[in-house]
Amino acid sequence: MNGPIKLRVERLQARFGDHHVLRDVTLEVPASSVMAVIGPSGCGKSTFLRCLNRMHELVPGASSEGGVYLDGEDLYRRGVDPVLLRRRVGMVFQRPNPFPTMSIRDNVAAGLKLNGFRGRLDDVVERCLRQAALWDEVKDRLRAPATSLSGGQQQRLCIARALAVEPEVLLMDEPASALDPVATAKIEELMHELKERYTIVIVTHNMQQAARVSDRTAFFYMGELVEAGATEKIFTNPTEQRTEDYVTGKFG
Amino acid sequence: MKALVLRRAVNVAVTVACGAMVVFAVAPLGSLLWLVVSKGVAGLSLSFFTALPTPVGEPGGGVGNAILGTAMLVGLACLVGLPLGIGAGVFLAERGDGPFGRAVRFTAEVFSGVPSIVIGIVAYGIVVVAMRRFSMIAGALALALLMVPTLARSTEELVRLVPGTLREASLALGVPAWKTSLRVVLRTAAGGILTAVLLAIARAAGETAPLLFTSLNNQYWNVRPDQPTASLTVQIFNYAISPYEDWHQKAWSAALVLLLLVGSLNLLARLALRRSAAGGRA
Amino acid sequence: MTTAHTDKAYDRELQELRDKLLAMGGKIEAAIAGSVRSITERDPELARRIKSADAEVNRLEVEIDDACRRLLALRQPAASDLRFITTALKIVTDLERMGDLAVNVADRALDLHQAPPLGPLHDLTSLAEAAEAQLAKALDAFVQRDAARAEEVIRGDELLDALYLKIFNELLALMMEDSRAIRRATALMFAAKHLERFGDHAINVAEMVVYMVRGTDVRHPRSRLAP
Repeated sequence: MNGPIKLRVERLQARFGDHHVLRDVTLEVPASSVMAVIGPSGCGKSTFLRCLNRMHELVPGASSEGGVYLDGEDLYRRGVDPVLLRRRVGMVFQRPNPFPTMSIRDNVAAGLKLNGFRGRLDDVVERCLRQAALWDEVKDRLRAPATSLSGGQQQRLCIARALAVEPEVLLMDEPASALDPVATAKIEELMHELKERYTIVIVTHNMQQAARVSDRTAFFYMGELVEAGATEKIFTNPTEQRTEDYVTGKFG
Repeated sequence: MKALVLRRAVNVAVTVACGAMVVFAVAPLGSLLWLVVSKGVAGLSLSFFTALPTPVGEPGGGVGNAILGTAMLVGLACLVGLPLGIGAGVFLAERGDGPFGRAVRFTAEVFSGVPSIVIGIVAYGIVVVAMRRFSMIAGALALALLMVPTLARSTEELVRLVPGTLREASLALGVPAWKTSLRVVLRTAAGGILTAVLLAIARAAGETAPLLFTSLNNQYWNVRPDQPTASLTVQIFNYAISPYEDWHQKAWSAALVLLLLVGSLNLLARLALRRSAAGGRA
Repeated sequence: MTTAHTDKAYDRELQELRDKLLAMGGKIEAAIAGSVRSITERDPELARRIKSADAEVNRLEVEIDDACRRLLALRQPAASDLRFITTALKIVTDLERMGDLAVNVADRALDLHQAPPLGPLHDLTSLAEAAEAQLAKALDAFVQRDAARAEEVIRGDELLDALYLKIFNELLALMMEDSRAIRRATALMFAAKHLERFGDHAINVAEMVVYMVRGTDVRHPRSRLAP
C-alpha cells in the first residue's frame, strides 16, 4: 500500500457558478488501494469524485481549477479528451442504473459495443461478471432483461459494466447506500477483491463502511479537505479536532 | 360510525358519476364506429380494395388507387417528417434551454395550433405554385408539416423523461455525448416515441383539407411523385358531397376501409411494442 | 469533553461509565487505607469490614465490564470514545486486583493480631500512604485527561520500590536477630509486598491513561514516557 501513487490531486477548486464548493484540495491515492471519502452532507465529497473523471464540468455553469494527475499525467491539460479519460477512470453511482432496454449481457458489454469494440464480447462479459461476483447468479439467464435483477445484483451488474472498459481507477459514489445489509456486505467484499487490480475511491456517508473497506480515509468538511490518512489512525486517533468530532458523532 | 356511512355513500356516488361520464364519453365513439361499420360493410368486397373508381351508375369500382395513394402520401410524409420531428425533439430535450431552443419550441407550439387547411395553403404556395402542378410531393409536404410540431414536442417530453442517471452511466463509460443521446437515451424512450409516431401517422392518414389543393385527386393509379394522387380522405369527401346514392354508399365503405387501415396499423405497432417491451422489461 | 455527542443518551452512558470507575477507585482507596490502619492500630474488626466490602468492588467490576461491552456493541465508538472505553476495560481489571490486594493486607492484619506487636511501623505507613497517593493521582489523571500527571505516577514507582526495599531489609535483619519474630516479620513482609504490587497496578492505570489521552501506547519499557 505504500507503493506508487496512482492519483494525485493538487490544489483542486470547484465551483457551481459563483458557489465555491471545493477549496484547495490536495490529496494522493496510492495504487491498488481503497480511499474512502467521508464527511457530512454538502461537504463536497461527491463533487470531488466527479472532478476525478471530469464529469463535474458536464453540469451547466460548473467550473474547476487545479490539477488531477493520473500516473503523473494532468487530466485537465489542454488536449486531453474527457471521453477517453472516462474509459480509464470509471464510475459507479448511488442508485443502480442498468440500461433498461438491454439484457444483462448487453449491459455489461454496453461500454464496449458503444465504443466500437469488435472482439469476442462473450469472453469479456463472463470475465467481468466473475470479477463482479455476479457470474454464478446470472450465467443461465444472460439474455434476461437487466431490470429483472434485484437491487444488489443490479449494482454488481453496473460494476461489471464499468469494469468491462478496463479502467485503471474505479470511482464509487455511495454504491451501497440504496442496498440492504447483505447486498452491502457483498459489495464491500467485492471491493476487497477488486483493489488488487484497480485503485478505488469510494464516497460514503456510512463511517463504519469507510472503516471496514478502506486503507486510507479523507475527511471533507465544507469544501475543504480537513484530514487524510491511514484509516486506522483516522478512526482511533485523528490529528484534527474536527475529524475527531465528526468521527465520534458530535456533528454531521 | 355515521362518518363511515357518509363516506361510503359519497364513494359510491362519485364512482357512479365517473362511470356515467365514461359512458357519455365512449358512447359517441361507439355509435360512430357502429354507424360506419353498419353502413359501410354493405359495399365491401375484395374488388372494392383493388379496383379503380367507376363513373356514376356503373356497378363495381373501388378505392384501390386511393389506398395506394394514402399509403404513398403518408410514407413520403414520414420520410421527411419523422427525422425532422424526432430530431427536433431530441435537440430540444438535450440542448434546448438556450434562446435558440426557446425559439424552436415556440415555433413548434404555434405550428401545432395552425388549422390543417392553412397548412395546406402554405404547401400550395410553396410547392404547387413552384412546380406549376398538383403533386404527391406537395401533399406529402403538407402532411409532414402537420406531423413535425406535435412529434417534436412529444419526443421532447419523452426524452426528458429518461432519467439523467442513464445519461450519466453512459457518459461515465466514456461514450461521447452524441452517441449517448442517440443510442442510449433515444433507445430508452423508443417505446413512447413509437406511440407518438403512430399517432402522427394516424392523424396524417386522416387529414383531408391539406390534400385538397396539394395532391388534389386522381381517378387512376399513380406512383409518380410529381403527379396528383388519389387519397382515401379526399375520395370520401368527393363521394360524400355528391348527390348520388351509390356514391354515398361508396363513401361509407371507404370510411370503413380507412378506419380498418389505421386501426390495424395501430394494433400491429402495439403488438410490436409489447414484444419489444417484454424483451426489455418484465 | 469539548462538545457533546449529537445523541445525548450516548453522552449520558459515557458519563455513567466514568462515574462508576471513579466510585470503584474511591472504594479501593478507602480499602487500602483502612487495611493498613487495621495493621498499625491492631483492629481486627476493621480488617473484617474491609474484607466484606470487597464484594461491592467486585460487583462494580462486573457492571463496568457489562457497560463497556454494551457501548462497544451498540455505539461503534471511534477515536477518543474508543480509547476511553478500551481504557476503562483494562483499568477495571487493575482496580479489581488492587481491591483484592487490600483484602490480602487485611488478612495479614488478622494474622498479626494473634501475636504481640513487633514494633513501630512508620515505614509501612509511609509505603501505604505512597501507594494510596499513586492511585489517587492516577485516577485524577484519568478524570482530568492529564497525561503529564499520569507520567508523574509512572515515575513515582521508584519511590515505592525504594520504600519496599527498605522495609524488606529491616525485617530481614530483625528475623536474623530474633527467630521468634520470624512469623510476625514474614506477615509484615507480605503486607509490604502487597502494597508494592498495589503501586504497580497504579502504574498500569496511569499507562492506560496516557494511551487514552495521547493515543500512543507507553506500556512496554522500551517506549516508556512518550516523547
